[in-house]
Amino acid sequence: MSATTANPPANRGSVLVPLALSELRMFVRGKAGPIFAIGLPLALLIVFGNIPFYQVHRSSLHGYTLLDVYVPILTAFVLATLAFNVVPAALVGYREKGVLRRLRTTPVGPVRVLAAQLLVNLVTAAVSVVIVLLVARLAFHVALPRQIGGYLVSIVLAALALMTIGLFIAAASPNSKVADGLGTTLFYVMMFFAGLFLPIGVMPSLLQHISRAAPLGAAVQALTDATQGHWPHPVQLLTLVAYIVVFGGGAVKLFRWE
Amino acid sequence: MPSVIEVRHLRKEYDAKVAVEDVSFTVERGEIFGILGPNGAGKTTTVECVVGLRKPDGGDIAVLGLDPLRDRAELTQRLGVQLQDGQLPDKMTVGEALRLYRSFYRKPADPQTLMDALGLADKHKTNYADLSGGQKQRLSIALALIGSPEVAVLDELTTGLDPQARRDTWSLIQDVRAQGVTILLVTHFMEEAERLCDRLAVIDRGRVAALDSPTGLTDRVQGSQQIKFRPSVPFQDELLTSLPQVTGFSRRDDLVLVTGTADALIAVTSTLARNNIVAEHLRVEQPSLEDAFVALTGSRPDADQVAARL
Repeated sequence: MSATTANPPANRGSVLVPLALSELRMFVRGKAGPIFAIGLPLALLIVFGNIPFYQVHRSSLHGYTLLDVYVPILTAFVLATLAFNVVPAALVGYREKGVLRRLRTTPVGPVRVLAAQLLVNLVTAAVSVVIVLLVARLAFHVALPRQIGGYLVSIVLAALALMTIGLFIAAASPNSKVADGLGTTLFYVMMFFAGLFLPIGVMPSLLQHISRAAPLGAAVQALTDATQGHWPHPVQLLTLVAYIVVFGGGAVKLFRWE
Repeated sequence: MPSVIEVRHLRKEYDAKVAVEDVSFTVERGEIFGILGPNGAGKTTTVECVVGLRKPDGGDIAVLGLDPLRDRAELTQRLGVQLQDGQLPDKMTVGEALRLYRSFYRKPADPQTLMDALGLADKHKTNYADLSGGQKQRLSIALALIGSPEVAVLDELTTGLDPQARRDTWSLIQDVRAQGVTILLVTHFMEEAERLCDRLAVIDRGRVAALDSPTGLTDRVQGSQQIKFRPSVPFQDELLTSLPQVTGFSRRDDLVLVTGTADALIAVTSTLARNNIVAEHLRVEQPSLEDAFVALTGSRPDADQVAARL
């Protein structure tokens, strides 16, 4: 090798900061991300919270109110909308326009852009979940999660499981139309099994079984357990881990830069 | 001194379709080297292998003595690339793009200087989506130069630019070269190749059809000329094709096109005169780089080029 290679490589870890800030700026300018991931769950919480029907303690819900049951579902909503609607659209758009191709010719490479993109989405998710939990507690007397450790483990696993499914959608979709269609469809199907339209507790038993196996259903059950003060059932956590392994592996195998 | 770019017997196939059969060339330090060829000849594939975006199926490539695939981290610091279809996010502004890309490099150039040189200074707060085609192209060139590269690879540099912007870009490229940057240029504009390039490789069907300076290429078809006229009365082709000085003959509508050796003009006009045929609108054309290109590849540079000349 020639002497010129003796130059120390640039500290490329630090590049993640400008990249993430740049992704964050575009995320905010894109408006859809902040509206659907922060604004909409908060709006739903405020609407539900102001309906007296949701504030009644019910023996069918083991003494909890409907709003108590909905808060974990709204946190799952935050994760799902980012993972199914925002992340695949952004990545497939980047691939279609050649943004990733151009980055491949620079010292930074496209992997760090994916990392920056995920970082922005995970931080947004964290901010939105904290807002939902705090507003629910302060405005509507919904108790904060009682089993904090179990809650953190559950929400991190849930976020990773959903993001890997989002990455898989991005990797498997030939273009942004397919990615958008797939993401939106999965979002509604997943939200159904998470109990957004019909709480899991009142679903027929077949649907309850499917729900426990679906990523968002497993996530909501784990979050609900932790919120009510128990450690989530290991089966639910293992279900989430299985989704991370399967879809993460599939996304890595199928991913194309251009 | 070793060559800046060395390509030896490059070969690349896509699903059994050969895109590049056998391409070899070297580019010396400070040179502007052009790759010219019809669409689908393998120009872009060749360049993508040179910059390390594709893995060759055969042959060797070294850029600044580095392997484009193995030595990525080092090479990308020293090689600037402007690609076709390499866009930016819609909502990123010109200034943000340059500052972001600047943070990737060890010895970056000054974004303001580049924006001034490329006429983008008043656009620095404009979103990428709101730029015109020419402005996007100029930003793309700026991003290729933001790392102060030793080598710049520019694919279809001035496609989509208006004639004035094209000339401005050419003089920018000459300035960049004057600072010692080696430039590999893919183009299908003959005028661009003639103006900018020290040497050219004409690539056709995955092979190097010729490698020479622009004047060297033109000289290859020298000694021939093309004669165009409209005959006052019809005549048989044999009248002219039988002349030893005539090498080619065709008709287009009522026009006659004759190619021949350097003394074909006298032979043709005297034969016509003897037969009382007047050659109206008579024009004689000396070969240009474009003629050399057509002679070498048997095809027109391509539709864009023709449109740009109209």
